Amino acid sequence: MKSFKIKIALVTIILCCFSKAFADDDAIKIGFISYLSGPASSDYGLPAKHAAEAIIKSINAGNAPTPYSMKGFSGTQIELIFLDEAGGSTKQVTEFTQLVMRHKVDFVIGYLSSTNCLAVAPVAEKLKILTILLDCGTARIFEENDFKYVFRTRSHSTMDVIAAAKYFLTDHPEIKNFSGINPNYAYGRESWRDWNAVMSILAPQAEKQSSQMPKLHAGLYGSEISSLARKKSDVIYSSLWGGDLKAFLMQASPRELFKETKLILVAGEPNLQNLAGFIPDGTIVTSRGMTSGMMENDSKLNRWLIEIFQEKSGGLATYPVYSTANAILGLKKAYEKARLTKLQKAVPMADVAGVQDGMKQAYLPPNTKQIIAAFEGLDFETPNGRVEMALGKGHQAIHGTSYGTTRTKDGKVYTENVKFFPAKEVQPPKNIKSLDWILNGFQLTK
Amino acid sequence: MPDKTLTFTSIAALTLVISGGVLPQWAIFLVTVSLCYGTVVLGMILLARTGLVSFGHGLYYCLGAYSAGTSKLFWGISDLIFMLLTAIILTATISFALGFLLRKYRSIFFAMLSLAFSMILYGLLSKSSYLGSTDGFNVTTQTIFGYDFLDSGYARYIIFLITTFTAWLCCFLMHLYLKSNKGRLADAVKDNELRVEYLGASAAKIIHTNYVISAVLAGLGGALMAISIGHIDPEMSYWTTSGEFVFITIMAGTSSVLAPFFGSMLFTTVRSFAYEYSPDTWQLLLGTTMLIIIIFLPDGLWSLFTRKKKHRSV
Amino acid sequence: MNSIVAIIIDGLVYSSWLFIVAVGLTLIYGVMKILNIAHGSFYAIGAYTAASLTGSWLALGYDQSTAFLIMLFSAVLVGFTLGPIIERGILKYMYQRDEIVLVLVTYALFLMLEDIIKLIWGVNPYFLYQPYGLLGSFEIVELTYPNYNLLLIGCAITIGCFLTWFLQKTRHGKILLAVIHDREIASTQGINVDRVYFLTFTLGTVLAALGGVLTAPMISVQPGIGAETIVMAFAVVVVGGLGSLPGAALAAILIGLVRSGAVHLFPDLDLFSIYLVMATVLIFKPKGLFSAQEERQI
Repeated sequence: MKSFKIKIALVTIILCCFSKAFADDDAIKIGFISYLSGPASSDYGLPAKHAAEAIIKSINAGNAPTPYSMKGFSGTQIELIFLDEAGGSTKQVTEFTQLVMRHKVDFVIGYLSSTNCLAVAPVAEKLKILTILLDCGTARIFEENDFKYVFRTRSHSTMDVIAAAKYFLTDHPEIKNFSGINPNYAYGRESWRDWNAVMSILAPQAEKQSSQMPKLHAGLYGSEISSLARKKSDVIYSSLWGGDLKAFLMQASPRELFKETKLILVAGEPNLQNLAGFIPDGTIVTSRGMTSGMMENDSKLNRWLIEIFQEKSGGLATYPVYSTANAILGLKKAYEKARLTKLQKAVPMADVAGVQDGMKQAYLPPNTKQIIAAFEGLDFETPNGRVEMALGKGHQAIHGTSYGTTRTKDGKVYTENVKFFPAKEVQPPKNIKSLDWILNGFQLTK
Repeated sequence: MPDKTLTFTSIAALTLVISGGVLPQWAIFLVTVSLCYGTVVLGMILLARTGLVSFGHGLYYCLGAYSAGTSKLFWGISDLIFMLLTAIILTATISFALGFLLRKYRSIFFAMLSLAFSMILYGLLSKSSYLGSTDGFNVTTQTIFGYDFLDSGYARYIIFLITTFTAWLCCFLMHLYLKSNKGRLADAVKDNELRVEYLGASAAKIIHTNYVISAVLAGLGGALMAISIGHIDPEMSYWTTSGEFVFITIMAGTSSVLAPFFGSMLFTTVRSFAYEYSPDTWQLLLGTTMLIIIIFLPDGLWSLFTRKKKHRSV
Repeated sequence: MNSIVAIIIDGLVYSSWLFIVAVGLTLIYGVMKILNIAHGSFYAIGAYTAASLTGSWLALGYDQSTAFLIMLFSAVLVGFTLGPIIERGILKYMYQRDEIVLVLVTYALFLMLEDIIKLIWGVNPYFLYQPYGLLGSFEIVELTYPNYNLLLIGCAITIGCFLTWFLQKTRHGKILLAVIHDREIASTQGINVDRVYFLTFTLGTVLAALGGVLTAPMISVQPGIGAETIVMAFAVVVVGGLGSLPGAALAAILIGLVRSGAVHLFPDLDLFSIYLVMATVLIFKPKGLFSAQEERQI
């Protein structure tokens, strides 16, 4: 009897899963995927989720500032479905297909990890679903592929490296040597490779000393710190992020690693306020755009974002929050632009007989193809500054970035000497891979 | 007792193939993924019957996937059948070589040494920028037997058919093997190696053979997964992946060749379910389900279907 | 020469940490034959408890040096609540099951505890940085080391010595050894194996939590720390020979030195140095460095 009950329970579970889960209505459904568990959840995944909730709530109510003040997307309300990004690419692809085919979401926004972006993009293409990649640093996505349905509203990580080098070299043109500590996985390796390439062009005299590659989430960095300390390089370049970065600084600061050595952090911003007390004064950090923690950016949009995020989570808006804003606002803009184009094209008086039909057609929501056409090459205002979908045939965003130097005062980290780098200075032009662009001395050809 | 398993396997496979025409796309996808997992677990079951549990079968799963994925890169061929063949050859060769070492190990040491090997592969792949480091790369399968099916609009269904066929074939052969004299020795090795040796059979050889078979199955599963997912990365070799296989093995039970497919289907469904309905606490849900199954179904899920037999033996 | 000194010091510090993190695991395996994956969660919960308790204690304005007492208290608190609950509540009913099934049970617990941690502490990081700098630092071969590193080494030695003394000299310890050696014979001699299991699991949990507590001052306490640590602890336990205390110590030293050597000399190898050691040791010593002779089953 017991086993019979279990059988029934199992069948019920399976049936539940296979039944259509969400009721159909007119709302636009967006699948939102970010890390909700694991090491990347605390600094990246959850702030992104909270930001998405806050932004959609505000947009649905029509409370966003111009040019985003229209309720929802062209008046249609938006619904979010959240998924966890943890668990590897096999599972992400499976869940992506389930999201699209079963729940029939209209758009997908998400993915912080480059691995998942690379895995999901071709699937999005096959399923013909407009997908906006939230973050993922790697330049490979649009440099190695031509995607039609995939967009990225964040610049790739090459920008961080080039701007870092330019910022550092303005004050220290005489740099003699450098070392690096980067996490041993694709992002860290790529970042370190790019840094070496940039240095070989901009400061060929500088010699590479120690190149540390700790395992991702290694936790203890004692040996790495000793090895770096013995070299006494002019500067240490690091793409560590999240808990790894905090642990590294907590262990390195008491060991006076940064007494004579400068530190460059290309992924330090989301933690900046947590790092008070460990981060040495004079550390060079990027905001990857203009985020609230660093830049005086008093646009209406920025104030709006900071306020609604504060209200939702109680925290300061950091990099992932801005990434989320970029994606949602970009999509909103493209959607509304597509709808407008459609309305303008419709000429209801041309054919008197078809007037009603024509009007009806014109007021239907735009389809994916029309939205894509509007999205390609779009440029739009974000709390993060101006974003231009310039690369990858109009699918890959470029935007400016800023760098600054930290100073800790009364338990708070401030940034000084902030310098803004416009997109064109730190991003490759069209039709050239970023690494080639760097190695060509930032020229299209030699 | 007439052998019903083979008939049942074929009926199940046939039902799948036919229902594939009616089922929605997402269900086909979920079933394809489950069948890939199932193929790997089928090999694990053979090992489990021999008394061994590998915490490093991700090694072959990953190798299979990578040999399929790189066939375009190294051979310039992206034919589905060719990809499967390279996976079989590569995993067979490597498992044959490693088998000489691993056949001397038992219980937790076998598990841990396999884990070490799979983690070394993980490290090697993570280091190779040429293969995309931890980001891995995308796999496109263009043709099957030279027929270009990718843009035919039936790509997903064809992959589903191939996966079903492979799974059925593996099931069939595995069942025959388990019924053969050599296959029966697996249980004997598990029960008492020394006696097996006294009877004149070599426990080491049996373990070695079964290890290679299970590795090839894992390789096939990995290759099929690479083809149906379209992306591979070193995480396939990470110990948590192997842990998932072990879990499905234990959850499904080792008594039948159909158990792994049933188990992996349930596993994928429950996980997908947990993901969607409680994105913040899916681990809690999955863990609780695991615990409940382990506590209430000591012989695995398959024991639900073989209740009568058990009563007799009691 | 300087680099050799640095390698040795870094290696020893890392070894001490490895030993502290792994010793509970090896004890539980030795006695109960459970490869406890939930060890990683106990470690994380220890770190979380220490960080939040000590944080609020220091916020009350007490002297910073009392932080260490609160940290110790956290480890004991976690061990004495979680250990009994899990052992009596779940594991107790599983002892007759297969070793691998027990691994899966603890894996399920690990998954559940990961989310429970998230439910209790949220995902924002906790910091307990005060103790790390509190003890000052020393300088050797032009390198600065915080004295906290010495504390780690001291703790590792103390734990090792305490456990050895406990196992060799006390009555409870001898009972434990008897159970490690042969559970069935021990129980025929009138040893209450059930109780021994209970005590061992609690002690193991305290040690796991202590590992987390001692690590907390050096890291940012946030989700996922348990998962990363458990693999390290496994490696140490397997290399040392499952259930062997001196084995775990030797394995920790070996892995610590090899890793530190790799970092200083071949930084790129760091990623798999630990697994290379594991594979090499197992190839030459199939049951780890120190392993009990197993009688053949006829």
